[in-house]
Amino acid sequence: MPDPLSGDLSGSTNPQSRRQKSSLNQRRVYTAQFDNLEFVREFVGDAARNAGLDEAAVYAAQLAVDEAFTNIIEHAFGGESLEKIECCCEISEAGLAITLYDCGKPFNLAAIPSPNLDAKLKHRQVGGLGLHFIRKLMDEVEFISTPQAGTDKPCNMLRMVKLKEK
Amino acid sequence: MDISYTRYKHCDLVKPEGRVDSATAPQLAKSLDDITKAGRFKIVLDLSGVDFMSSAGLRVLISTQKTCKRYNRGEIVLAAVPKRIHDAFELAGFIPLFRFYDNALDAVGAM
Repeated sequence: MPDPLSGDLSGSTNPQSRRQKSSLNQRRVYTAQFDNLEFVREFVGDAARNAGLDEAAVYAAQLAVDEAFTNIIEHAFGGESLEKIECCCEISEAGLAITLYDCGKPFNLAAIPSPNLDAKLKHRQVGGLGLHFIRKLMDEVEFISTPQAGTDKPCNMLRMVKLKEK
Repeated sequence: MDISYTRYKHCDLVKPEGRVDSATAPQLAKSLDDITKAGRFKIVLDLSGVDFMSSAGLRVLISTQKTCKRYNRGEIVLAAVPKRIHDAFELAGFIPLFRFYDNALDAVGAM
């Protein structure tokens, strides 16, 4: 079956992500369903261990990708659907870069406010907590709106980097 | 996710096993809602068997704590929280909102 997302990364700003056949770069495509969270966490966990991250950093990368994948389902696709989410893992000397790519509704991470972590129980809102985790757990977080290959349709690309402890 | 449940005279002990993420959090929410809907608001949540929890799980805990603490009728306390999950609670600023116990027995005894 032709993969609707294959080739989309040709517009990527990162040439590393085009080297799909390299053993250091791996990609998986999932449908936008919560049941796939355990598989994307497992995929990222294996890559993180291969990248030489310690167990705390492996868990951090898995939690960050879980939150990001959930955000895409909820915000880009407005709930679970059979639309595709692509996950790429790039292992380098420095650590692990994870890229999530979807062609759902564009959403701007920067526009999501940080949660008030000091609010009393009664006023505590938990919206935005997932994004807060992503920002705190990963060393670099970059959101790029990129056109889908062959169309003008904008797609979302979220790139997150976890560096090895020095 | 398997969730076991023990009803004591003065509190309820809930023990989920596995992962709590956006796929399974609704199941945990339902178990806890079933208890509060029955008019019982003192709950011990034993997390010793949970190996992963995302913000979807944290959302369930906050919502349950709000329900339990209303009118001072009870609370949900957390027992045997694995380190990685405790780290996430810290990141979320959850530590002041819950009482933590080393194990379920201590938590049940303290309720």
